[in-house]
Amino acid sequence: MMAEMILLTIATAATPLLLAAIGELVVERSGVLNLGVEGMMIMGAVTGFGVALTTGSPWLGVFAAIIVGALFSLLFGFLTLTLVTNQVATGLALTLLGLGLSGMIGEAFVGQPGVKLTAIYIPGLTDLPFVGKLFFGQDPIFYISILLTVGVAWFLFRTRAGLTLRSVGDNHASAHALGINVIGIRYLAVMFGGACAGLAGAFLSLVYTTQWIENMTAGRGWIALALVVFASWRPLRVLAGAYLFGAVSIGQLHAQALGIGIPSQLLSALPYLATILVLVLISRNRRLTMINTPASLGRPFVPDR
Amino acid sequence: MRIELVRRPQHSALFSALSPFIALGLTLVAGAIMFSLLGKNPFDALYYYFIDPLTGIWDPGNRWQLHELAIKAAPLILIAVGLSVCFLSNNWNIGAEGQFIAGAVAGSFIPVLFPEFQSWATLPLMLVFGMAGGAAYAAIPAFCKVRFNTNEILTSLMLVYVAQLFNDWLVRGIWRNPEGMSFPGTIRFNEYAILPQIWPDAGRAHWGFVFALVAAVAVWFMLSKMLKGFEVKVLGQSPRAGRFAGFSSAKMVFFAFLLSGALAGLAGISEVAGPIEHLNEKISIGYGFTAIIVAFLGRLNPLGIVAAGIILALTYLGGESAQIAIGVSDKAVRAFQGMLLFFVLACDTLIHYRIRIVRTQAASAETAAAGAS
Amino acid sequence: MKTRFLTLAATAAAIAFGTMAAEAKVKACFIYVGPIGDFGWSYQHHQGALEAQKALGGEEQVELAYLESVPEGADAERAIERFARSGCNIIFTTSFGFMDATNAVAKKFPDVKFEHATGFKRESPNVSTYNSKFHEGRYVQGIIAAKMSKAGVAGYIASFPIPEVVMGINSFVLGAQTVNPDFKVKVVWANTWFDPGKEADAAKALIDQGVDIITQHTDSTAPMQVAHERGIKAFGQASDMIKFGPETQLTSIVDDWGPYYTKRIKAVIDGNWEQIDIWEGMKEGHVVMAPYANMPDDVKAAAEAAEAKIKGGFEPFTGPIKKQDGSEWLKDGEVAENGVLLGLNFYVAGVDDKLPQ
Repeated sequence: MMAEMILLTIATAATPLLLAAIGELVVERSGVLNLGVEGMMIMGAVTGFGVALTTGSPWLGVFAAIIVGALFSLLFGFLTLTLVTNQVATGLALTLLGLGLSGMIGEAFVGQPGVKLTAIYIPGLTDLPFVGKLFFGQDPIFYISILLTVGVAWFLFRTRAGLTLRSVGDNHASAHALGINVIGIRYLAVMFGGACAGLAGAFLSLVYTTQWIENMTAGRGWIALALVVFASWRPLRVLAGAYLFGAVSIGQLHAQALGIGIPSQLLSALPYLATILVLVLISRNRRLTMINTPASLGRPFVPDR
Repeated sequence: MRIELVRRPQHSALFSALSPFIALGLTLVAGAIMFSLLGKNPFDALYYYFIDPLTGIWDPGNRWQLHELAIKAAPLILIAVGLSVCFLSNNWNIGAEGQFIAGAVAGSFIPVLFPEFQSWATLPLMLVFGMAGGAAYAAIPAFCKVRFNTNEILTSLMLVYVAQLFNDWLVRGIWRNPEGMSFPGTIRFNEYAILPQIWPDAGRAHWGFVFALVAAVAVWFMLSKMLKGFEVKVLGQSPRAGRFAGFSSAKMVFFAFLLSGALAGLAGISEVAGPIEHLNEKISIGYGFTAIIVAFLGRLNPLGIVAAGIILALTYLGGESAQIAIGVSDKAVRAFQGMLLFFVLACDTLIHYRIRIVRTQAASAETAAAGAS
Repeated sequence: MKTRFLTLAATAAAIAFGTMAAEAKVKACFIYVGPIGDFGWSYQHHQGALEAQKALGGEEQVELAYLESVPEGADAERAIERFARSGCNIIFTTSFGFMDATNAVAKKFPDVKFEHATGFKRESPNVSTYNSKFHEGRYVQGIIAAKMSKAGVAGYIASFPIPEVVMGINSFVLGAQTVNPDFKVKVVWANTWFDPGKEADAAKALIDQGVDIITQHTDSTAPMQVAHERGIKAFGQASDMIKFGPETQLTSIVDDWGPYYTKRIKAVIDGNWEQIDIWEGMKEGHVVMAPYANMPDDVKAAAEAAEAKIKGGFEPFTGPIKKQDGSEWLKDGEVAENGVLLGLNFYVAGVDDKLPQ
């Protein structure tokens, strides 16, 4: 019983990471590095909360968050794809702007009880011992995150469109020469990433805690970025990574509650240290990294005419 | 109809100089719109944000604000100067915040663990250790990048959280002031360990600001007049060309990171030994990240960074007076800063590219004509 | 002629009233460490400020100014100095971390009065310190918890190991032990005052480990919401959180700063402000328990009895009390000294946690 509840808590912790990371994976597979995940996520969080609060419908909040995430990412897209600005700096600017804007928009919402996206309930299945709640009794966004992961994996590696996207990421010059609309595809990818990040944010403020407070993403956007690299840009590995990270975050709280005498700061630092360690291990094998890294990642693309 | 970018054969000198101003102008306009939407008088708001802190120039009663400006700008400038070297050489050090903390901790160990060591040498040693601590902490992502090919953006960023937690653990545990009623924080530094104020009667500005100016001039000199500066820029723009010239990419990674780490560490120890006078868990409030904006606003030129640092310090101070005077929330400051960076980056495009609006029929006619001839 | 006379009279009256109303008698300024909308610590301070303003005659008599979310580092001194220079007669700095900054500015502005919450330094005669005996409320909570809990274990979401928090945990346990000597408390350190996500996770971790009552020394309403979802009872913190858990909240410790702020601002108006260092609790109305809810009548009666006992002068830290390591701390009937309590860094027997040192 306790194990099931812990797994549920881990799933809740992992879902926003998974959503944001899957979106960013698609963006990076198309050759664009968008560091603004944190900003897009928090805009989604404030939008989702605000719309849900004012309309009373959490689903409207979710849809609004997705749209706002995509629109916000358009800012980034316009600057990096059309004006060819530096992707790293622009992504950072997006994060800073998102944090500031959301804080301002959300001021009216601080301290308000939110609207919760209720978990699904399938009579008969949800009440099964152990697996019931875990597989059949979670909130809808959890299921979306799993479907999205599988869907993106299938899209990237089993469809022609996915192949096109990957080719744009691997060699945008060749793709352009073949007549592929590099900029157009990248715009779509960036917006998809924004939508996913917005959804992740909505999850935070409508399921995780049903509250709004500024900076509530607390660095999750950056963790999502790390997860994409950690997973070598493969969707199913992102799933594993997100759950691993969630487990470490929750595990440290349990360790405290059990009275294990390790300093809480060390336990809190574990997820970050673990990420660095994994990144180092993954990147060491240059060949492996180069096979999986989209070769055009972060490189500006200006078509010569 | 579409927007097209045509690469300029040479960087436009005109726009190089103009772009930060255009960006500022656009930010002011966007800010005015933002304030109007919030229901506040935009001119009042802009006045409080940008003009009010400067009134000390002609109004002696308000001179203390100029000092506060210097206090706020000093760490921003110091860190941003180091970051400019990093960014110019294509090393993305996003972890300056962590290096700031590392420097503060490294420099603080002298007054905390050896409070009886009180001599003229105390403060200089603290500063040196601060720089060393920041540099050492920056060496970690540098090492990971050179040896393991790990993305330095992510490693340096994760290390920020680690540094914050480590500092938190120190000031609550073994470095905690035994007479502090069990609250976190070290003992107050002894007077030899405190960074003095420049003109104590007029305000709180401390020597950290002087360090910032000196660092800016020194790095500017290196970048524009020395071979090392050339090496930095070449490796940043084309590693291959740099290799042909005999420059080592790997060594540049270390150089850039160690330099910016040292400067960030200096900013850290200056902040701790200056205005705060002890080490506590709240020393880092995002200077390392704001410095990124300062670096770009200053067009990655140390002299420009001095001005940019002062402008961003203005927004902090202005945000406070705006909060009191017209009730604008402090979060507007962050939104402002984000917008500023956006516009700076967008305007920078004009330096490298010319914008052309192309009518599709004309384009196809052109290509047809070009194809025919 | 008549109209002109009336206009003149009206104008004269207006001018007279105008001058009276133009200058407020006193300007009281507040520095908050968080947003006033946090529905916790800073919110309660602001409510106290508003209450004082109303009690002393409204906006004409008392002008209020405040700054929210002031970081406790180097910026604090600037913010406080800004207020001191802008005509504030009395400045309240509402967080421990403002201590050095408050004292530094106070030295430069001897005519302005400074009141620092939860601090202990008074380096010049124009600085007072004030604090509340929150732990009295924790004692009452402990009694309620022990009576309501079937598992005999409560979960405590703590922020940072500072004396105030440690006192709270100890007092809670002591209160619980009067009902059930074997009552246990599991502690999780969130290392934050306000992070709903982390607090929610901490609450879930505690509940997963079998606690059936949640109490917190963090400021958000997230633990209350989690408790509500999991169907267990919880205590609120700093303000009445009943609206976040209508069937969940048993009670909440409400910081009521109104009476104190009214007293001190009035002292400035009357010209008899003097430096003090006070630490007051239920008896003086600083600590108020939110209405008891969601509990059977006998528990409510026990809680009210405990409250009455404290208001009558009972100090929760009265012996016999043993420390966590087994050694004796307070003998039978001995009351702990204020100095020891304000620097408390050890647990009493019965706490299931290792205090981070």
